[in-house]
This record gives sequence, structure tokens and C-alpha cells, in this order.
Amino acid sequence: MLGKTANGLFWMYRSLERAENISRLVETGQRIALTRLESSDGEWLSIMQTAGVADGYLSRHDEVTKEAAIDWMLRSRDNPSSVLSAISAARQNARLVRTALTHDVWEAMNRCYMQVRERLARKVNERDLPAAIDMIKQHTALVRGTTQGTMLRNDIFNFARIGTYLERADNIARILDVKYYVLLPSVNSVGSSIDNVQWETILRSVSARGGYRMVHGNQACSVDIARFLILDRRMPRSLKFSISKIRDNLDYLASDYGLRHPCHAQVDTLVRRFMSHDIDSIFEYGLHEYLQDILAALAALGHQIEIDYRFYE
Amino acid sequence: MSETPIFDEMWGRDADLRAPYRRFQNWFEGEDIARLRAKQREAEEVFRLTGITFNVYGRAEAEERLIPFDIIPRIISGREWQRLSRGIEQRVRAINAFLYDIYHRQEIVKAGRIPEQAISRNDAFLPQMIGVEPPGGIYTHIVGIDLVRTGDDQFYVLEDNARTPSGVSYMLENRETMLQMFPELFSQNRVQPVQSYPADLRRSLASCAPNGSDSPTVAVLTPGIYNSAYFEHAFLADQMGVELVEGNDLRVVDGKVAMRTTQGYQPIDVLYRRVDDDFLDPLNFNPDSALGIPGIMDVYRAGRITIANAPGTGIADDKAIYSYMPEIVEFYTGEKALLENVPTWRCSEPDALAYVLDHLSELVVKEVHGSGGYGMLIGPAATRKDLAEFRKKLMARPGNYIAQPTLSLSTVPIFTRNGLAPRHVDLRPFVLVGPNGINITPGGLTRVALKKGSLVVNSSQGGGTKDTWVLED
Repeated sequence: MLGKTANGLFWMYRSLERAENISRLVETGQRIALTRLESSDGEWLSIMQTAGVADGYLSRHDEVTKEAAIDWMLRSRDNPSSVLSAISAARQNARLVRTALTHDVWEAMNRCYMQVRERLARKVNERDLPAAIDMIKQHTALVRGTTQGTMLRNDIFNFARIGTYLERADNIARILDVKYYVLLPSVNSVGSSIDNVQWETILRSVSARGGYRMVHGNQACSVDIARFLILDRRMPRSLKFSISKIRDNLDYLASDYGLRHPCHAQVDTLVRRFMSHDIDSIFEYGLHEYLQDILAALAALGHQIEIDYRFYE
Repeated sequence: MSETPIFDEMWGRDADLRAPYRRFQNWFEGEDIARLRAKQREAEEVFRLTGITFNVYGRAEAEERLIPFDIIPRIISGREWQRLSRGIEQRVRAINAFLYDIYHRQEIVKAGRIPEQAISRNDAFLPQMIGVEPPGGIYTHIVGIDLVRTGDDQFYVLEDNARTPSGVSYMLENRETMLQMFPELFSQNRVQPVQSYPADLRRSLASCAPNGSDSPTVAVLTPGIYNSAYFEHAFLADQMGVELVEGNDLRVVDGKVAMRTTQGYQPIDVLYRRVDDDFLDPLNFNPDSALGIPGIMDVYRAGRITIANAPGTGIADDKAIYSYMPEIVEFYTGEKALLENVPTWRCSEPDALAYVLDHLSELVVKEVHGSGGYGMLIGPAATRKDLAEFRKKLMARPGNYIAQPTLSLSTVPIFTRNGLAPRHVDLRPFVLVGPNGINITPGGLTRVALKKGSLVVNSSQGGGTKDTWVLED
């Protein structure tokens, strides 16, 4: 496979995952706004921080309003992480690697792009927001579904998965970091039960509310949420799950190609350093520091994969 | 502007149904117009979803356009096709022999059949190719011959495409779409298949590999996703099961051109390139090109890669050389050309220029190096102002133009809101050349002018395409 093709697959699926996560965050933000009496537009700033798009927003806007925030996250061309930008990037990469995709995947991706672009051609008004977000989630799910259902399990698939899970791990670490940073300024509050709406925000934004309830019941507690989203190996959006998928797929590549690279040692170290402790030691170390370390390690891993598999010249 | 009515390929000149269309007409009469309208929309949806689009140069990414597809097939009888393909084969052989000759001994110039400066002063002539032996002696591996028809037995070659003929993906997708939408038509008519083209192309390319490679690695070279024909490049690579590469995926490693894979550099034996000569090798040609592979020409000269088509083949499809094609065919095959050329005035010659200036409003004037229907004057359709402006251009650089009479091109019906309506067409058959022989896909790409009376069939200017059938007689 061409290095360029591996690069295109990696970014196609990263962008797709990003589009989905951003649309989930918008959905969450809207839900908070609607269900909380004392909610203010200021909460959208925290949502945008979670999505990692707040700085860009503030450099182009004087104040935070709900309409402007939703527009920034869903459809702004100036925001490279808006849903529309991410879907466009995914489709552009899909065109680049078209020969590596099945007809079904290409068609699902192309349809996703055409429909989302049409839907987001104009500002989405409040009444249409739930339908628009559903549509985005459905179409990204179709691409993922055709990928699962029609693609050969070879190196092409592995690079697609690595892109997906690197993005997912990165997103979950950011969500946890921002939320805990914002919500728990003092160490004392760790372990105390937290505001109902706030925990819902976190769990909803990763579609984990039902799963959490099955594992931990109805009592929301910040330590349990952190444990669930960081260390639960059954939760498909947890850090542990995502990172182990990255490792699995890198291992498949190593056995397929008969060659281990520095990125393999790096992912092993990442698992050993971050996934082998219990939640108490993580809090003891400092959750923020822990998450920042993980984010840096994920970025370094991504960079090493690019080098090892010759994404660029 | 002829007095006789225009020749329609379905109805002839006198509304007399022609034989190849008999079964089709039978079927069409039994069809409901509303149902066909729905089918036409369905076809467009399929094309859009599959991404069968072309990019318009200089526009934003949003500008991926569909080439309109018309559901009425263009039908050619087996007998007609046999005659055509003999003429095409003869012409393609001559083009190849001509290319070998002008990059070697230039016998045709010595024999006085072509003026020396028609070669040496031609921008499409590549001095870097002089004396180079292309693997298998083949210059044009893939050729498209543009034909027009004016009567029952009257075909003309409008131009030869010996550099990088495009459009074959439309030929294949058009057939695929018709098979899906109207399977019954293919039970009622015995249509010669075209689907083996990608396999034929791969086999033909592989057979041209440099000596000593028994299972050669083939790749398609594209300028990238912003190129207007990117869809076709990806399509062909996909259908052949080979890699689609760009210049920055390639470099010269150990005397071979190699592509950067996830497992290191892997050598390539045959490169089907869809980039122009100028952008092939910044060391040997255009030094500003970001697209090329530095040093590929040295590998080529050493006989260690096949470039299809060979660099420098453009000299054979140049519009000024076109006017010499009857002589070229005769010189190399010893036979009279089976396919006629459109009579052509070379404006570089004073007598011809004088004639052209006198008859500007009756003629079609084309730029020697132009393509895509740009920079061309259609006299009968031009305004007084157009004519005056063109006259100035023509006098300033006569050598840059050729002129031809306006032919009354044949028509084929298209499907409109009100049923069938005749529109002008041309035909581009696709030819593969290998050391083991020449392979012509039955049919080719029919381009159709969708505007009533229009003669411009180019997709960049609003033309559409049709499925082209060659019947088994």
C-alpha cells in the first residue's frame, strides 16, 4: 500500500470520528440549555472548550451566544473542526484513497458528504437542530457500518481503525480534562457527588449514559465516571478501549508486514504507563496532569506512525 | 451549410428507420414517457452518488460537475464497425511508425512528404526523445480517435488523441448504467460487450514492460484530486487493481522508479501516466513543475521503465501534423488511408491563409495546440464582432491556426421532455497497442451536443454522453 494511501485512510477516519464527536457535543450543549433553568449562553464556552474549538471562536467573535456557538461548531468553514469541515476533509481523503475503499464505503461517504453539505448550507434553526444532528450521526454511522461490513481485514482496515481510535482517545481525554478542570477546581470535591446535569453532560456527550447506569447504577459520582470513561475495557469510547484498539491494529500491521517499528514500542509504553493503574492513583497523580500526559503521548504516537509507515516523503 | 437534410443515425435522411435501430424502436414505442423520465433522473442520481464527476478548472471544490448522460443509445451495426475498426487500426499503426521515425531517422522528412520545420519547430516535438528506444517500440499504448459521421458511409477523423485520451471511464459507466436500468434492451439486442476494457488495458500495459519482468508492477500516475479527470484516473487504477500514484509518491531508487509504500520503496515497471510531458520530469523538462519525478527520463532512456504513452507522442496529435495524416498513413503502410481526414487549411501557408480569411464565416478555425473546444471559431455561428476579432488573431499568428469546413455532423436522438429529438454527435473509440497486437473496444464514447443545432460536444462546454452499441450482426 502507498504511504499516501495509509495517510489518507488514517485522516479520513479521524475526520469522520471528529465530525461525529462534535455533533454529539452540540447535542449535549443544546440539551443542557433546554433542561436547566439557570443556564446561560456562557455554558457554550465550556462546550466549545471541550471540543477544542473555543480559541478559534473567540478570535472571531466578541461574545458567546448560543446561535453563534452552534454555527461555529456545525458549519463554519473557518473552523477546521466544524462538522462540515471535518466531513469535507473525510470525503476529500476518501477521494484520495478511493482505490482502497469498497464501492459501498465510497458511496456511503459520498452520500454522507452530499447530504450533510446540503443540510448545513444554511444556518440550522433551533427547531431543526435535533433532526440535523440525527442525520449527521446516521450518515457517519453508515460509513462506519459499510466499513465494518464490506472491507477486507487487511492493512487498509488497520489504518482506518488506527485513525478512528486515535481521534476517539484524543476526544475523550479532552472531554474529561475540560470537564474536570472546570467542574472540580478544588481537590476536596473529588469523590463527592456532583451536579446531576454536569455528569449527564459528560456521559451524554460520549453516548455512555445507559452503559454507565448498567455498571454503576443511578448514583453519579465523579470517581466512578472517571473510572468508567478511562479504565472500563467494555465501554467502546473509553480511553482504555480506544488505546487497546490502536495497539491491536498496530500489532496486526507488525505481523502482516513482519516488522516492528518504534511506534509499537511507543504504544506498549503508553498502555503500561497509563492503563495499568487504578483510578485512585490517577487522582493522586492529578487527573489533569494525567490527561495532559496522555494527550501528549497520543500526539507523539500519531507522529511516529506517520514516520514509520511513510505517510509523507 | 448543406442543402441536403442532415443525416440522422436512427432515421437516415428521409425518416426511414435504419436497420440497427429497428429493435430499439420497437421497444421504445412500447415505453411510457413518464417512466423513461423517471429512469433518466435515476441515472443522474447513480452518477452523482458514484462520484462520476469532472472538476472544472479554477473553481472551488464544490464545482464537481456531472457530465449529462442521455439514456438513448447510439447504435452502430457490426458491418459498419468492422469497416471503421480496419481504418482505425491502420491509422494507429501509422501513428506509431511515424513517431518511431521522427525520433530516429526521419525518413518521412527526407522523402519530402512532411516539411522539416513542421517537426523541428513544433512545440510538441521533444528533442529529449531523439534516439530513445521505448520498450517494445511502442509510443502510443492508448489512443482515442475522434470520428464524425456525415452520411451512411461517410466517416471522417476529426482528430487523433495520442497523448492521454480521456473518457473511457464514461464509456464503461454508461454501459453499466444502461445494463442496470434497461436489462431487457440487452436481451433483445446483441450488443458487443465493453466491460473487459480494464483487464485488456492492464494486460496490454503489462505486455509493454521492460525486458525481464514477468509479473510487472503497473501504476497509474495522476496529477492529483484537483485534476479534471481525477475520477477517471482513480476509476482505472481501481478497475485494474493497481496503485494510483502522484509524483510525490515516486522517486528514483537504485536506477528504477519506485513508489513509497508503507513498507518502503517498491519498483514500478509500467507507468500509465495521465500527466503532460511538461510535468513528467523537472530535471529534463519544466524545472518549475512540482508534479514530476526528478530523473524518471534517465531511467526511461536506460530502458528500465515503460511510460505510457511515451513522452513526445503529442507531435502525432498536433493539429498541424493532423493535416498530413493521409500522407503519413500512405508513407508507412503503403496503402491509401481507409479513414478520411477532414480537409484542412494550414494557415501557416500564405495561399491557405488567404483562402481562410476570405471564407472565415463558413469555416471552423482551431488553435493548433488547443483542446476541449476552447479558442476555436465556428464561422457560421459567429457574430460579426467575433469574426473581426478572430481575423486579427489569425493575422497576428497564422501558424497557430488551421481551418476546416463546417461539416454537417450526423445526429442521434436524445431523450427530451417531449420524447426524442435529434442532436449532433461524435465518437471516440479507444485503442490499445501492445507488442502482441492492437485491441479496439467495440464502440467507444459518444459525445452529444445537448443544445439544439449545436455542434460543440465537449463536456467542458455543456456536452453530454451516450452509451454506444456495436451490434453483433
